[in-house]
Amino acid sequence: MKNIPDTQPQPIKDDLRLNYGPNKKFVTVCAGTGCRAYGSLKVKEALEAELKKQNMNVEVLATGCLGFCEKGPMVIVHPDKYFYQSVKVEDVPEIVSKTVGTGEVISRLLYRHPETKKTLFREEDLPFYKKQRRVVFGSNGMIDPTRIDDYLAIDGYQALAKVLSEMTPEGIISEVKKAGLRGRGGGGFPTAVKWEGVRKAQGFPKYVIANGDEGDPGAYMDRSLMEGNPHSIIEGMIIGAYAVDAHDGYIYVRNEYPLAVTHLTIAIEAAREEGLLGNNILGTGFSFDIHINKGAGAFVCGESSALFASIEGRAGEPRAKYVHAVEKGLWDKPTVLNNVETWANVPLIINKGADWYSSIGTEGSKGTKIFSLVGKIKNTGLIEVPMGTTLYEIIYDMGGGITNGRKFKAVQTGGPSGGCIPESLLDIPVDFDKLTEVGSMMGSGGMIVMDDRSCMVDVARYFLAFLKEESCGKCVPCREGIRRMSDILEDICAGKGKEEDIELLKTMCQAIADGSLCALGGSAPNPVLSTIKYFREEYEAHIKDHRCPAGVCKALITYSINADKCTGCGMCIKVCPTQATSGEKKKAHTIDNNKCTRCGACIESCKFDAITVE
Amino acid sequence: MINLIIDGKNVTAKKDTAVLEAARAAGINIPTLCAHESVSRSGACRLCVVEIKKGSRTRIVTSCLYAVEEGLIVDTKSERVQNVRRLVMELLLARCPESEVLQKLAKELGVDTQPRFVADTDKGKCILCRSCVRVCEEVVGVSAIGLFSRGSYKAVGTPYNEKSDACIGCGACAYVCPTGHIEMETTENKRKIWGRTFKMQTCDTCGRYFAPVDQLKYISKKTGVSLKDLSICMDCR
Repeated sequence: MKNIPDTQPQPIKDDLRLNYGPNKKFVTVCAGTGCRAYGSLKVKEALEAELKKQNMNVEVLATGCLGFCEKGPMVIVHPDKYFYQSVKVEDVPEIVSKTVGTGEVISRLLYRHPETKKTLFREEDLPFYKKQRRVVFGSNGMIDPTRIDDYLAIDGYQALAKVLSEMTPEGIISEVKKAGLRGRGGGGFPTAVKWEGVRKAQGFPKYVIANGDEGDPGAYMDRSLMEGNPHSIIEGMIIGAYAVDAHDGYIYVRNEYPLAVTHLTIAIEAAREEGLLGNNILGTGFSFDIHINKGAGAFVCGESSALFASIEGRAGEPRAKYVHAVEKGLWDKPTVLNNVETWANVPLIINKGADWYSSIGTEGSKGTKIFSLVGKIKNTGLIEVPMGTTLYEIIYDMGGGITNGRKFKAVQTGGPSGGCIPESLLDIPVDFDKLTEVGSMMGSGGMIVMDDRSCMVDVARYFLAFLKEESCGKCVPCREGIRRMSDILEDICAGKGKEEDIELLKTMCQAIADGSLCALGGSAPNPVLSTIKYFREEYEAHIKDHRCPAGVCKALITYSINADKCTGCGMCIKVCPTQATSGEKKKAHTIDNNKCTRCGACIESCKFDAITVE
Repeated sequence: MINLIIDGKNVTAKKDTAVLEAARAAGINIPTLCAHESVSRSGACRLCVVEIKKGSRTRIVTSCLYAVEEGLIVDTKSERVQNVRRLVMELLLARCPESEVLQKLAKELGVDTQPRFVADTDKGKCILCRSCVRVCEEVVGVSAIGLFSRGSYKAVGTPYNEKSDACIGCGACAYVCPTGHIEMETTENKRKIWGRTFKMQTCDTCGRYFAPVDQLKYISKKTGVSLKDLSICMDCR
């Protein structure tokens, strides 16, 4: 057993905490990938130039992701914390002269409540943020992720200092156990049990790994965490390493996340310089370092044994896990593999205590969870909510409901391994066990919202097509089974489905779930099973009536224009890429179905709801 | 020794024995296509799955990889197991409709040899059991062939499907292939495999062609035995 270090850790620059005191004037610009795509870095540059021009010595921080991606770029002016959204470079001179200069608020840039139409001044007033509990993600907006000083200023690495000076490895594990932390990557395995296993395991050396191989379509919470607050992950890993007696760690991150790779690299180097990584951490005699391993974008490499194979330099293929990673993981040595979000939870538990942590959440799932809310939802973005928040609250209170006033149909959770949850189950509290119970799963936290224009057979077809490409191809049920299920779904969507297909799919699902080597194949049937379970009538409409009720499957639909509604505005003629729509101005238009490719551009463009799909 | 029950029969096996071997030793046959005795286990074909019971929990495991445990109850023919095996057989038959080995096994397992899926025409008889790849790496030690691509595009071959300098023409891959997919053609003085033609060596004693020259060179390099000493066929040694 490792002794508690008798040397006290060196104090971490106390003065830094005063940097952003309550009265300090500074401006933050969200520089997550979403806001960057909207041009937030240009806004930041413009702010700096304008401040200089107006002779104001005010700092501008490019922070991590604030989550409200729908309304980027976001700018917050401190100390009043005025929250400006959809900011353009043209808005900058006014922000500087008015808000920064005199404290005057620019109401046009504030968020307007969609119902009450009231302007809302601060982040916490917005319905999107109001019910959130951003304990893991919340610091993103306060720090420039490329500066370790910013992280130190918000009490970063205090948890590390605490464990190294006051806690035994066993004490850490028991605190994490008491907190009830479960793995955020999807499986929901109790983190402390994993750590305990590695601590007790015989092999040497031991490893800790952060899994940042986020691959679900539409999910980007791990990305934003790695980009926005890399030190929280690193601090968690060092604490974990100390708890299990590991001296080497890896962060496995996809190479398609260049900003995450850059920020993690900068953070690791800075932590080394501060003596927080490397030999003799904070003078305690404990040594640990982290390496970055870039993945090449194979979905299957998020699976633990495939991830190990990939780090070891072999093809990312899973193996049977009858001997657990806690005993034989990376290079057959005891290994803790946790998702990046799990690691980021660790410093919180240490700082605020297990009792505080376990007061958040449900009976079996403690703490918060970050979800990426995408699809047909008004407020696209990342939210962090206490476990147990209902789907309804997430989709309607935070998400703002469905776009274009359409009707909600289903929400797909857990990515390709998850399932589709119908409207009747919107009141379920979201936690690990409840989502599994209804035939879906937490997964890493992707939520794709679908409206009445989403075809559920097409959704299943999409996910199976994805999995067909992403199966590693090692075992027969996954490689051949998913391909055949995908073929059947393609046929159904093309109007070539057979009556017996639904039963065939169900039998195949059972055999594939039972017979596959790893969890990719094991959970691949979920999108099929859950859509058959909750939306069987849509499958039947495709197969028996050759009809796609949602109007999505191209082979089964025709477009027409309702002459009573059409005003002859010409918009559909303008947008049609194949010149299938025609007609005189102010007279009802028509669609030539021989030319129509059913791309849907006319529907999107029609303001009078005159285009019908049957 | 470890005691377990397989299909209602009390079985004793040494620690670390796989359930597959323990069952076979007890006269219980479990079908497999990828568990070749010469190479490590991969668990790829999934035919050998069995249902195990520990306490009240049951689950499906791969018998060629799962080690025996005290008190374990194994069912090698449960409905869940048969459901997996039936689908695996059907999928493999659809992939390799020409394979006599698969057709025979399907009959033994009571699977309709006319699968419900459209038959592939481009996969030959390869079921991707990877015995060839493992024997080339683990036994021969040259890794001339490997697996490439992912998912349903996965295939066995030499790098970039080009002629491989690493291949010594030994034919071990063809020997372990359970379905006869790998084509090897040996005439008197030549052997063709993986797109290359190998020159055969004649025996210094009887004059018969007996092994590819490249293979003998490789063995000589690896063992230090001179090429001359190796140029005598097994019969004449």
